[in-house]
Amino acid sequence: MSPAELRETRRSARNGWLLSTPALILLFCAAAGPLLIVVIYSFLAPGKYGNVEWQFSTAGWVGILWTKDIFDETWHLADAHLAIFWRSVSLSLLTTLFTFLVGFPTAWFIATRPANHRAFWLFLITIPFWTNLLIRTYAINEVLRKEGLVNTVLIKLHVLSEPLDMLYGPFAIFVGMTYVYLPLMVLPLFASIDRFDMKLLEAGHDLYASRWQLLRRVILPIVKPGIIAGSILVFVPSLGAYVTPRVLGGGKQMMIGNFIELQFGQGRNWPLGAALSMTLLIVVTVALLVYVRYAGRDGDARHG
Amino acid sequence: MAEKHFEVSRLPGFATTAIIVFVALYVPIFTLVAYSFNASMSVAVWGGFSTDWYVKAWSNQQIKDATLRSLIIACFAAAISTAVATMAALGTTRRKAFKGQTFIYVMINQPLMVPEIVTAVALLILFGMIKQATGIQGIGYVILAHSAFCIPFAYLPIRARLEGMDLSLETAAADLYATPWQTFRRVTLPLLAPGIAAGAMLAFVISLDDVVITEFVKAGGQDTLPTYMLGQMKRQLTPEINAVSSMLLLVTVALLTAFFLLTRKKNDG
Repeated sequence: MSPAELRETRRSARNGWLLSTPALILLFCAAAGPLLIVVIYSFLAPGKYGNVEWQFSTAGWVGILWTKDIFDETWHLADAHLAIFWRSVSLSLLTTLFTFLVGFPTAWFIATRPANHRAFWLFLITIPFWTNLLIRTYAINEVLRKEGLVNTVLIKLHVLSEPLDMLYGPFAIFVGMTYVYLPLMVLPLFASIDRFDMKLLEAGHDLYASRWQLLRRVILPIVKPGIIAGSILVFVPSLGAYVTPRVLGGGKQMMIGNFIELQFGQGRNWPLGAALSMTLLIVVTVALLVYVRYAGRDGDARHG
Repeated sequence: MAEKHFEVSRLPGFATTAIIVFVALYVPIFTLVAYSFNASMSVAVWGGFSTDWYVKAWSNQQIKDATLRSLIIACFAAAISTAVATMAALGTTRRKAFKGQTFIYVMINQPLMVPEIVTAVALLILFGMIKQATGIQGIGYVILAHSAFCIPFAYLPIRARLEGMDLSLETAAADLYATPWQTFRRVTLPLLAPGIAAGAMLAFVISLDDVVITEFVKAGGQDTLPTYMLGQMKRQLTPEINAVSSMLLLVTVALLTAFFLLTRKKNDG
């Protein structure tokens, strides 16, 4: 590289940094930086009336899994916490699985429409995606409640004689999360299927593959990156969900997100809340890293 | 009879599932809008058609304040995040890859990766400390938080537009003795404008819709429309909440349609 070129490269890099600086400062002050404070808070002692005492303590981290008996001061596993974690993980996995089962046919349907109709079907998926999460959650409330759409229709059709009590519980949270996160599954699946070469199916058919074999042996392996992307995009926000379990779960059926809020409200245990937040962040980061790893490997495999 | 023509891309049950999904996506939203025209006092019982709840929502001072506050926050957040995102997009595209570029990408996309509740808690703690130390109150904290998490949404369409842009026009301007600033002002910026508008619109919608972070960052009496609605959902519901939701829905759909028209032009031209 000639000195002039080298100078030009340096200048370009410097300009790149300078232009990005305002965004970086803003993000550091109000998004990434504050996370460091949460780490510090997770290692402090809880204050009596909320907030923290400035002394080192691991009580926040220990408190994730164990509680101290108030009478005999012995430590034992916190069953209530475990129940909340289990509910969060199982509901998130269930949501991911179900959005895939209904999202895959939907994405396939859109991708196999004539080219000039595709944008319209995609637009139909995108509108709910961008509309307010709270409104969509509330809309599910309208459908599931005692006098709601499902009960009214089923009673009119004489399927039911009594309205079903569907609201405020794991079932309602599952329906709500499936509803609000479905577009996040359909969009990456569509992107994958859209690139899929349909000629492969003809080739497979000529070689006497059944439809089921084509789906399992040809389509699914090729669109796998889309499946992984969609699953991560649904699983991550489900695990950290706050609004949906709050509106559809009633007060008692908490998920991690609500449990974290509780520590900063009535629970008055900020270090525990901070430690829980960090745990959630670590789980999400691991999920994202797995995704990057897999997506990267897939890319390599295709070239190899 | 021999199989007519094997339609390879047609898989059994897929189209039916897809249609059911589309219906299921829209039925709840339409139900919500329909009940906003319910004359009855309760959300539970249909009492005939009426637009009373819109009138009532319109004259509810709390809703008016919350709406105004939401709009002010969204305008500031969209303006600030779009401005810094435009600069960052210019800094990270159309130049040789430089050291630290990945770091910049990760930072910009960070709000998309961290669960909202975690950011919300972090900001609650940080802003609490600042408020205690300086005594400064106000809506500025909410605007700051919104400006930050709107950046990736503003950045992505602007960057996409920049990457699709033809460099030869700028080279031509430079060849005709335009200064770098003139080239930017007269060539780059006008070409980039649809991307900037699209980014600003997404940022506006994202800010307008935010519940979780606002709920944690706001002080008493600083309700935005979504946090006001969240608060109402604990109580006995009236169709007023449906009326407000329907209005917000209308604004979002209008902005999204505009967004799609803006970004579609890019593909045609």
